[in-house]
Amino acid sequence: MIKEDIIKRLPYQAPFLFVDGIAAISENGITGHYTFKEDESFYQGHFKDHPITPGVILTECMAQIGLVCLGIYLLKDELSQARKPQIALTSHQMDFYLPVFPNEKVTVISEKEVFRFNKLKCKVKMLNEKGELVCRGTISGMIKV
Amino acid sequence: MTNDELITKLKTIIEPYIQDEVAFKTLSEDTDFINDLKVNSANLVDIILDIEDEFNIRLENEDMEKMLDVKAAMLIINTKLKA
Repeated sequence: MIKEDIIKRLPYQAPFLFVDGIAAISENGITGHYTFKEDESFYQGHFKDHPITPGVILTECMAQIGLVCLGIYLLKDELSQARKPQIALTSHQMDFYLPVFPNEKVTVISEKEVFRFNKLKCKVKMLNEKGELVCRGTISGMIKV
Repeated sequence: MTNDELITKLKTIIEPYIQDEVAFKTLSEDTDFINDLKVNSANLVDIILDIEDEFNIRLENEDMEKMLDVKAAMLIINTKLKA
């Protein structure tokens, strides 16, 4: 499965797609990236006259790349046009270290911890363009065809 | 291991994942994980993985499908431990 196919199979679209590209993927993990555009809708309100990417959106970006893209790859043999993945976020624990401003590109690195009985649990971290740690934690979800 | 010892171990494993405290306090062999304890499917997987670690056994998909209540969990664990 090529990387573009994975992004095409994602069940998201603008304004809630937070994956631009995948740099590397294997059975054990994934590295992908996203650039937060200046006109993302949440910047209008978070915060007034002072746009900073909300932590929940950073978590969403990490879940889309680190869990859903990886999950689609892991299920690649069972997927088809008619058989789409069903996904649900079930838990996450996240620590935040640095803010992400409009126009910043972030890299998400996810390592698979467990994928059994349809539950995928990953250790995920996000880096900014300087390679500094933005946030890290653990995200789990259920994913099946 | 006696049944009481096994239930005590199971209760320790299950406790972090339950939603219904009353059903947990009155837990018996007939207690159902999903209907009584309100454990969700993701946490049922956590319980299975914790059972594997605690008893040093490996559970398969068919075990997962059968493991709906405390009685079934005890039967599966005892069967695996004897194998």
